[in-house]
Amino acid sequence: MTDSITPEIFDHLVLLAALELSLEEADYLRRQLNNQLKAIHELERIPVDKDTPLTSHGVPYPPQITPPIREDEWDPFPRSEEILEQAPETDDGYIIVPEIPHTELE
Amino acid sequence: MELCDLPAFALADRIRRGELSAVEALESALDRTAAVDGRPGTLDSGSMSREDEQKVHAFITLSEERARLQAEEVDRKVASGVDPGPLAGVPFTIKDIFCVRGAPATAASRILANFTPPYTATPVLRMEQAGGVMLGKVNLDEFTYGSSNESSAFQPSTRNPWNTRRVPGGSSGGSAAAVAAGEGALSLGTDTAGSVRQPAAFCGVVGVKPTYGRVSRFGLIAFGSSLDCPGPVARTVTDAALMLRVIAGPDPHDATAADIPVDDYLETIESGVRGLRIGLSPDYFRITYPDPQTGELREEPISPEIEAAVMLAAGRLAELGADIIENVPMPHTHYGIPAYFVISRVEAASNLHRYDGVKYGYRTPEMVENLGELYRKSRAQGFGSQPKLRILMGMYVSAAQYSEQYYNRALRVRSLIRSDFDTIYDPNGKYRLDALLTPTTPTTAFEMGAVYGDSVLMQYADQLTVPANHAGIPGISLPVGFDSDGLPIGIQLLGPDFSERNLFRIGRAYEMVTEEDAWRSRRPEVLEGIEDKG
Repeated sequence: MTDSITPEIFDHLVLLAALELSLEEADYLRRQLNNQLKAIHELERIPVDKDTPLTSHGVPYPPQITPPIREDEWDPFPRSEEILEQAPETDDGYIIVPEIPHTELE
Repeated sequence: MELCDLPAFALADRIRRGELSAVEALESALDRTAAVDGRPGTLDSGSMSREDEQKVHAFITLSEERARLQAEEVDRKVASGVDPGPLAGVPFTIKDIFCVRGAPATAASRILANFTPPYTATPVLRMEQAGGVMLGKVNLDEFTYGSSNESSAFQPSTRNPWNTRRVPGGSSGGSAAAVAAGEGALSLGTDTAGSVRQPAAFCGVVGVKPTYGRVSRFGLIAFGSSLDCPGPVARTVTDAALMLRVIAGPDPHDATAADIPVDDYLETIESGVRGLRIGLSPDYFRITYPDPQTGELREEPISPEIEAAVMLAAGRLAELGADIIENVPMPHTHYGIPAYFVISRVEAASNLHRYDGVKYGYRTPEMVENLGELYRKSRAQGFGSQPKLRILMGMYVSAAQYSEQYYNRALRVRSLIRSDFDTIYDPNGKYRLDALLTPTTPTTAFEMGAVYGDSVLMQYADQLTVPANHAGIPGISLPVGFDSDGLPIGIQLLGPDFSERNLFRIGRAYEMVTEEDAWRSRRPEVLEGIEDKG
């Protein structure tokens, strides 16, 4: 059976995933992905009706158990400096990043 | 028996009465940890020594000082007549996937190795407010992605206290191993496909996956947001119930934390099983798995020793008055793993996109041209291969041209898995079950290195536990004895939504009827030679 995830498709996924991989790592990961895909193809054996609903979580959330939506009120975190302390590079309360690439939309 | 071997319930009771101090209980847990745990998991750990191979290595971070302050506070409260709460002075650990303000939260990944969260997860906060004493944070598979703990970036990874050549299971392997070895009476784990129940089974302890939404996920580093459930690991059913009572309930910080009052599980825990209807399904006594050589899917019966253990448990529950209903069909059980391969990967890819080397966590030290390169290098160097695999698969199966074929199909299969459970629990249906009794795992703990590296085979370790995550229903794994290799066997009870109370009842009834069984007196291998101070 030929691989569903070809090197070309794989390279595109790596780009989307914002990763860069060594040749050796790419080879291992692509092989594992294709093996996983074989297991996933098992899903095709099962007759699934178009009317079968999509379940995005198992437990139903009827209104009586769904928490009410919070008031839309400003609730600032009391210690914002502790959040900023975690950033690798900051300057006067701003997070510093390198040059942001621009793409002209056609 | 030392203090650290006492159940949480008994410890808290004695501490609240002033018969024992929280500091004494803490000392005992720290002594045990010093005796069995060995060096903690670290990045760049070097080679393994012979001694390393005989230790548990549950911890990533031991917070002795913090624990001591908490224990002293509990003792002060008792001395001044204030009730410290139901977990008074009980030492516990937490899987290092929960945030605790001021303590590192690594997720066992290089990408979060330097992250110190500014807030505390709701279930941890509730345990501390109930008087619990947090010993520290324990190891797991990187970002919870695994069933053996071996994928942790913090090595040595945790080993099974019953046999240190075997894995503890995962991903809450540090939690299960710590509890089994007496390094804390309780641990807070998470279960996304079986990550509490499977290691509990492998390590001979009790593990609970509560109903989805029963316990808040606030402060839990997310994997599969529609599947993740924080849950207790304990040595006894009563301890697990005590802990769930503390951590469960609505939380304004988590919109999926269900607005349902929490039952007082302890009130009914010893009311027996008479009249409860417990099912057995042939679909949980066979497994499908990919042949390691050819990759072809094969169907086989589960280990005969595990099957016998489940049948023995069913027999004893029947003697106690439960109705055992055989041949309950669960036809979609074996689609759980393929559907999980799709759903969990899409959710993981989405959740992992936040790690970018900008706001917190690892940033590449290399010079970069622009932000895109910063993202790619930081993520490439920070993530291990398991997160990378999940991101890539999630991207693939949710891509516009494939999503109907894969993602939407998996979500429909998820509906079918849920409908299997709805049918058997329907109070007006044919089966009207209160619980389904199954093995927790197809095998007992496997050898370290035997499965790791084969991401497909590893995933299939969860096939008897993952249906409950798709369906959202609660489950509990109970220790029921040992196989001929001396490794613990676990059985699983699965109930309808929010039926934890009944699962604890059945579990406790089983525990009481087996109290005098010879296997209950066995102790983990790592405790051999440790002086019992009585």
